[in-house]
Amino acid sequence: MNLAFRDIRYHRGRFILTSIGLGLLLGVVMSMGGIYRGLFADALSISNATRADLWVVQKETSGPFAAISRIPEDIRYRIAAVPGVAEASPLSFETIQIERGGKPFRFFLVGYDLNGFGGPPVIIAGRGIRQKHYEMVVAQGMKMGLGEKVRLGLHDYTVVGITGKMVSSGGDPAAYVSLADAQEIQFKSDNDAIRNQRERIAARLAGLPTLSPPQTKFLEQNIAALTESTHTVNTVVARLAPGANLQEVQERIGHWNHFRAISDGEQTQILTKGMIEKARMQLGLFRIILLVISAVIISLIIYTSTIDKLRVIATLKLIGAQNRVIIGMILQQSLLMGVIAYAIGYGIISLTYDRFPRRVELVAGDLQTLFVIVIVICTVSSFVGIRKALRVEPAEALGG
Amino acid sequence: MYAVEVERLSKIYGRGETAVTAIADASLQVKPGELVAILGPSGSGKTTLLTAIGLINEPTRGRVILDGTTIADDGWLPEIDLKRVRREKIGFIFQAHNLIPFLTALENVMVALEINDLTKREARARAVELLEALNLGHRLATYPSFLSGGESQRVAIARALANRPKVILADEPTAALDTENGKNVMALLKKLAVENRSAILVVTHDHRMVEGFDRIFDVRDGRIMGER
Ligand SMILES: Nc1ncnc2c1ncn2[C@@H]1O[C@H](COP(=O)(O)OP(=O)(O)O)[C@@H](O)[C@H]1O
Ligand SMILES: [Mg+2]
Repeated sequence: MNLAFRDIRYHRGRFILTSIGLGLLLGVVMSMGGIYRGLFADALSISNATRADLWVVQKETSGPFAAISRIPEDIRYRIAAVPGVAEASPLSFETIQIERGGKPFRFFLVGYDLNGFGGPPVIIAGRGIRQKHYEMVVAQGMKMGLGEKVRLGLHDYTVVGITGKMVSSGGDPAAYVSLADAQEIQFKSDNDAIRNQRERIAARLAGLPTLSPPQTKFLEQNIAALTESTHTVNTVVARLAPGANLQEVQERIGHWNHFRAISDGEQTQILTKGMIEKARMQLGLFRIILLVISAVIISLIIYTSTIDKLRVIATLKLIGAQNRVIIGMILQQSLLMGVIAYAIGYGIISLTYDRFPRRVELVAGDLQTLFVIVIVICTVSSFVGIRKALRVEPAEALGG
Repeated sequence: MYAVEVERLSKIYGRGETAVTAIADASLQVKPGELVAILGPSGSGKTTLLTAIGLINEPTRGRVILDGTTIADDGWLPEIDLKRVRREKIGFIFQAHNLIPFLTALENVMVALEINDLTKREARARAVELLEALNLGHRLATYPSFLSGGESQRVAIARALANRPKVILADEPTAALDTENGKNVMALLKKLAVENRSAILVVTHDHRMVEGFDRIFDVRDGRIMGER
């Protein structure tokens, strides 16, 4: 006869409530783990989807995600010409905030060369971008439908395709447009701004007494063209030919003025160590605190339920029950509670993780580790109850 | 051979100034199938004597011999597995309320059998048989909190009898019952002593409940004053 189970059956209301409470706690612990994994997956989603071997960025920066990097677009040709490089493609990134439904909405705009790489990794609805202008592929997180339009800068962009769960390292959903469009959105100011800027340049030049009017005109046009130039990108990504030596290529580009070549491994480090390390530690600490709280709660519950049963335990001893019967009852109860709470926590998380605002990624290994931790906590927690139970004298069953 | 032999048993609670001599120099013998009473006023040491025989309470001096085995000789003998002797040779009946509240009547009896290594099936069969014999066939699945006092006490008796012990120790088994139920329980114990050839020792302070015993030991101030 399983005494642990009979006791639970008799006190099922109390047991179920306790298990639900603990289950919620364990659910939070699980979601913390899931959020951490999600942070990781989010941080790396664009960099992983690009499948680049090298990220060429502005010298002395850790761009393009962790720091601002601006390099001329045409460096792509020089990079492509480096021995060992199979292909090179420019990319631009910009976080954009628009107004949607009266609320600010942020997303991450990726501009890519339609003939290069770094575009949407998969198309789950609609099609990829075909025309050079005003077409857009959005991540699911943008919550936009095919054919929907959004105004960015000077033009309307039409959603032609939907890609998966692409997000920026900040968790904002991604949208893809052609590089030319992205450059226009990112670097080209609207007409008023351009007119103001031209007037300012003209006024300054006119103030220089050493310039003749034709010289002034010439300079004015050239400076305007330079400042209005949109042929800037944030990075040029490169893939190497099979057998090429990554380090050699990296060093070679690094020797050029103004550029740094970051390997994909380094980029991952920058994104994970640098950008989400603190969040990770924060979550880790929080998980530990919650686990400690769970342990304390389980110990308390087991202890009080043992105290409630002192008379039962004395009676069992009186009729000659072996210690294993009594230890088994307490330990099994503790384990059963842990297992049920774990199942409840898992159930809650499985039903809700899709609805979290940021990605929650449940990893089997993490869940298994947590299960083992819960079992250990339950076992250790039951020791306090068991210690108490073993000290009970059978004579205590006799008192009125 | 006696089922229970007690020789010059003494029990002193505490030490020094606060020491209380609960039992002094008590000797008695009970044969299998005998129903004996230990009668005395409250505080006279009846429970102490019974629990010393029941291996719950370690005697300070003297000997306790159960079914031919010496259990205590100026204290418990270290080689004796007390729980095992309790499990196999002794059945306890106390005032109500020592049934396990989260087990049904049937399970309360079965648990005593299962800790004695009977299979679940054997335990169930014997428990059902016992409870039916005690007119509790309709209460098998009832929890103790829903049983009347007399029913609870009969379940406790069934549990005490389950392992067919050589010795049954009952401490005021009728105290929580009305006169009629008390008489029924006593009659039942008498019948069982004869049928099972168990030695049954019943502690009581109630002079009205002394009919039907084979012998009565009068206890006062920790001493056995006489035998009737
Ligand atoms: N655990 C104990 N510690 C100290 N004194 C006790 C203890 N149990 C009983 N006594 C004392 O021993 C004496 C006999 O008690 P008990 O055997 O319970 O008598 P009865 O069952 O006849 O009422 C009483 O004076 C009681 O106060
Ligand atoms: Mg008493």
